[in-house]
Amino acid sequence: MQKKFRIKPVGDQAALVVFEQKIEESVNTEVMELAARIERAGRQEIVETVPAFASLLVYYDPLRMDFAACAKFLEKLASKTGAGSGHMGKLVEIPVCYGGIYGEDLEYVAKHANMTPEEVIRIHSGREYRIYMLGFLPGFPYLGGMDERLVTPRLSSPRTKIPAGSVGIGGSQTGIYPVSSPGGWQLIGRTPVTLFSPGKGGTLPYEAGDRIRFVPISEEEYLKRSCTEKKAES
Amino acid sequence: MSLEIVKSGPLTTIQDGGRTGYAKLGYRRCGACDRYAMELANILAGNWEDRRQAVIEFTMRGGTLRFEREAVIALTGADMEPKLDGTVIAMYQPVCVYPGQVLELGFAKTGLRTYLAVGGGFLFSEVMGSCSTDSTCGIGGMEGRALKDKDLLRLRVSREADLYRKDISGREKEFGIPDDWFWLRHPSYPYRSVGRELVPVMRVVPGPQEEAFTEKGRETLWRSVYRVAADSNRMACRLEGAELERVNGSDIISDGIVEGSIQVAANGLPMVMLSDHQTTGGYAKIGTVIHLDLSAIAQRKPGESIGFTYITPEQANEAYRKEVEKLEWLKQELVTKRKARQR
Repeated sequence: MQKKFRIKPVGDQAALVVFEQKIEESVNTEVMELAARIERAGRQEIVETVPAFASLLVYYDPLRMDFAACAKFLEKLASKTGAGSGHMGKLVEIPVCYGGIYGEDLEYVAKHANMTPEEVIRIHSGREYRIYMLGFLPGFPYLGGMDERLVTPRLSSPRTKIPAGSVGIGGSQTGIYPVSSPGGWQLIGRTPVTLFSPGKGGTLPYEAGDRIRFVPISEEEYLKRSCTEKKAES
Repeated sequence: MSLEIVKSGPLTTIQDGGRTGYAKLGYRRCGACDRYAMELANILAGNWEDRRQAVIEFTMRGGTLRFEREAVIALTGADMEPKLDGTVIAMYQPVCVYPGQVLELGFAKTGLRTYLAVGGGFLFSEVMGSCSTDSTCGIGGMEGRALKDKDLLRLRVSREADLYRKDISGREKEFGIPDDWFWLRHPSYPYRSVGRELVPVMRVVPGPQEEAFTEKGRETLWRSVYRVAADSNRMACRLEGAELERVNGSDIISDGIVEGSIQVAANGLPMVMLSDHQTTGGYAKIGTVIHLDLSAIAQRKPGESIGFTYITPEQANEAYRKEVEKLEWLKQELVTKRKARQR
């Protein structure tokens, strides 16, 4: 049987488990399962892992383990298939106030798609998105599966500051900006949920492998919710 | 009970061993760019038990600092010609400072980054297990930002540090590293002679996307000399020189990157990722500079040269263990000297 992965050195303190190079749920599920198996193994020599679309980066402690030993360990875990299958992740609902000052580009996206803003909201919030990986910024989810009708090119000149919680569309991708940052995505809404919480140990409402559903809320609800979020923080 | 930043340099930040364990959520590791110099500074300042604790990292030019209490300090890394109350002081050794004394650090004469450790350490609250400044997220160090004029840094009150100061007082030089012990002042790495210049050669483990490059492209990396570009920063050391030929463009399906990853963007030029790098990236990586040699890259100024050579991960693991032993040896030496002094 042909192996479904390769293990490659990444310098002298990490290894990369490379799966089939495709952005597909089945491949990404294998990544998440391997990450979970490594965590369950609880080996002290493993420092941390970074799951991505179709690969898992594994940091090891070079004083306790060399690359060969790390590769052997990963080989063993990655070869176990079927065992813990069915890694579904959890479904996380993200409330979003679409349009207006919260999503300045909603009208543009609608015009580009040749539909009404209401239709854009209905389509965007009408499905679940898998979180393939987190990266670029803390908590920034790379989501898969946006409806092709909503594909919109990025802004020709990026905004210098996008408020935290902004939900946007960039090409065929959709996502959330957890912290305020420059960016070129079309903004269609904003969530009142605080995603970025270094004070709470960096935890996020979701992790890679989970699914997100955007739930449209009114401006009134947005303001109410952002008030309680702020209180909870302080 | 503190240290005042009277005049800050262009980029002065609080850094430690970095923020690990959160990369899967997208948090950067950050931390000192030259880890060896950071650990050395801590050991020399008497912080033997936790040599990865917070230090000040000065970039290119230091600035002026005033001590409001007595302490032991140690400076490592780039030579910014440190002066205490106007008198030149030695680097790579503990120095006793007293209330009201002013430390001046100028422009980096050799190297790029200088590290200042204080016996007993700085008093910063950890954010997610680290004091390192992450300016993208605005967390760690001093309010998540670079230090500026009039900042007051609190120092930890430590009986152990006071005892160390008394033990070494008047004999600081004995507890330092001699000028000609280059092997202990810096991690050991190879050099290549290019014309009249000695160019540090970074050891690289090929991959993980070496197949994205043509054979010619890979050869180019090993044979060329690259210059550090002016727009380099704590995120990446950008390089100027020969383009690396790729099979089919630079884009890959994004994956995790590490400090030392050599990413090659659309322009075909390599950039070596440093401490503040993003956790993931979408450019092909021809190789990874080993951990030890990142110290050398961190100390190269814009316009200076570096080269690359090949190493296996096993050889690199072995070299790393040797370097750690060096620091361990130094610590033992200092312990022995101190005991002899106490007798």
